[in-house]
Amino acid sequence: MYVAVKGGERAIDAAHDWLGRAHRGPAEQPALDTAQIRDQMALAVGRVMAEGSLYDPDLAALAIKQARGDLIEAIFLIRAYRTTLPRLGASDPVDTGAMRVKRRVSATFKDIPGGQVLGPTFDYTHRLLDFRLMANGELPASPASGAEGKPLHAPHVLGFLDRDGLIEDAPDSGETPPDLTREPMELPADRALRLQALARADEGFLLGLAYSTQRGYARNHAFVGELRIGAVTVEMDIPELGFSIEIGEVELTECETVNQFKGSKTEPAQFTRGYGLTFGQTERKAISMALVDRALRWQELGEEDQGAPAQDPEFVLSHCDNIQATGFLEHIKLPHYVDFQAELELVRRLRAGTEDAS
Amino acid sequence: MPETFSQTDRREALGLLARAPAARLAELLPELPAHEVLRAPEIGTVMVRGRAGGTGSAFNLGEVTVTRASIRLHGGEVGHGYVQGRDKAHALRAALVDAMGQADPARVAPILTPLREEEDRRRARIAAEAAATRVEFFTLVRGEDE
Repeated sequence: MYVAVKGGERAIDAAHDWLGRAHRGPAEQPALDTAQIRDQMALAVGRVMAEGSLYDPDLAALAIKQARGDLIEAIFLIRAYRTTLPRLGASDPVDTGAMRVKRRVSATFKDIPGGQVLGPTFDYTHRLLDFRLMANGELPASPASGAEGKPLHAPHVLGFLDRDGLIEDAPDSGETPPDLTREPMELPADRALRLQALARADEGFLLGLAYSTQRGYARNHAFVGELRIGAVTVEMDIPELGFSIEIGEVELTECETVNQFKGSKTEPAQFTRGYGLTFGQTERKAISMALVDRALRWQELGEEDQGAPAQDPEFVLSHCDNIQATGFLEHIKLPHYVDFQAELELVRRLRAGTEDAS
Repeated sequence: MPETFSQTDRREALGLLARAPAARLAELLPELPAHEVLRAPEIGTVMVRGRAGGTGSAFNLGEVTVTRASIRLHGGEVGHGYVQGRDKAHALRAALVDAMGQADPARVAPILTPLREEEDRRRARIAAEAAATRVEFFTLVRGEDE
């Protein structure tokens, strides 16, 4: 139990003053501009938007600056800000098939209509520190060609397997999805609720769980059927207009996995699916999400419970949110003097009892 | 720009206005025509939905910041603006352009045409950058392009 403490105001004020100075860094250095963070730390911004569950690159950049680069603290700031805003409505489900892709790869098919597009990727780099970035602050980057091209027509790769009946279909139930930001999450959680929780879940936690499935804890042998990153239009029905309009454009990362097939006496063998969708360019997160989504589907696919952590919705969904986790974890560093006094008293009494008995 | 401002035109215009950089719209519409504010600019969020498997049942992905405003011109036309982000002046201008288009489509063409062209150009540049990174190792056996 937490019992409130009083006092320490002067120390707290001084600590916050120091934080302010530490935050700014040496005065002789130029201060970081939030536009620089937004544009040059774009992947950190993507992570803060994905896990903060709010798409706004400027706000995410501000949160990163204010949090001194602590991304979980930045996500916390975004989540807190979000609660101050009214909800104007919900969009139509985005059409990721119409994404204006800047990256789109498939690990299962080398020849896909539209082709494989690498985009601005770290893949195939040598992971060697580039000291030129330190010496001059910038690289002699090749100027953008300025060329103009036609948008790539890139239909979903898994659609081809679906057409041939080789993969389970993904039918639309037409139901309004549950929203864990409105109603506390309840278990058992349907797939829509699980996907919402996973989309805002901690990247590191999902990465670890996804890796555990690859190493054999609820192995389901995932291939990346398709990974795509690009801009998607967001459309919403506006009651006062009486029709829907585009209200913006968001960058998304989508990962569709093709997993181990199953068949039965009644059903022919076919591949199954895992799905990941995240804000920003966040592909490690999207792939992890797809693997964990697939592992959590064991029941509906009639698979065996292997007792693996990634198969346990209670375990995954109750621990994947880094703001809930950090809130509970970090509170134990705050004063617990009264609790601890009680425990100390108890241990002393128990010890006194043993000494008397001996 | 056609003589009338059909629902299709309005839809397209509102989409362009929503995505346009606020500063650019301010350049194109520096002076606000006389109007009455029906709904003062309001910052909020819209829950963005996705579909499981890209095509399946909907789920809530996360929110996006959106600002909306509604106005009435002195001629009686009511305009609504919904724009991405938190810029109140942006939402107000979008609502004004919506109403001005209903009053006289020719008046908003000098605003919408550059916005459309600039957006097309931005997208075409990204498409060209992406196309340059297309893997060309297997051109001999590549499937048919559509």
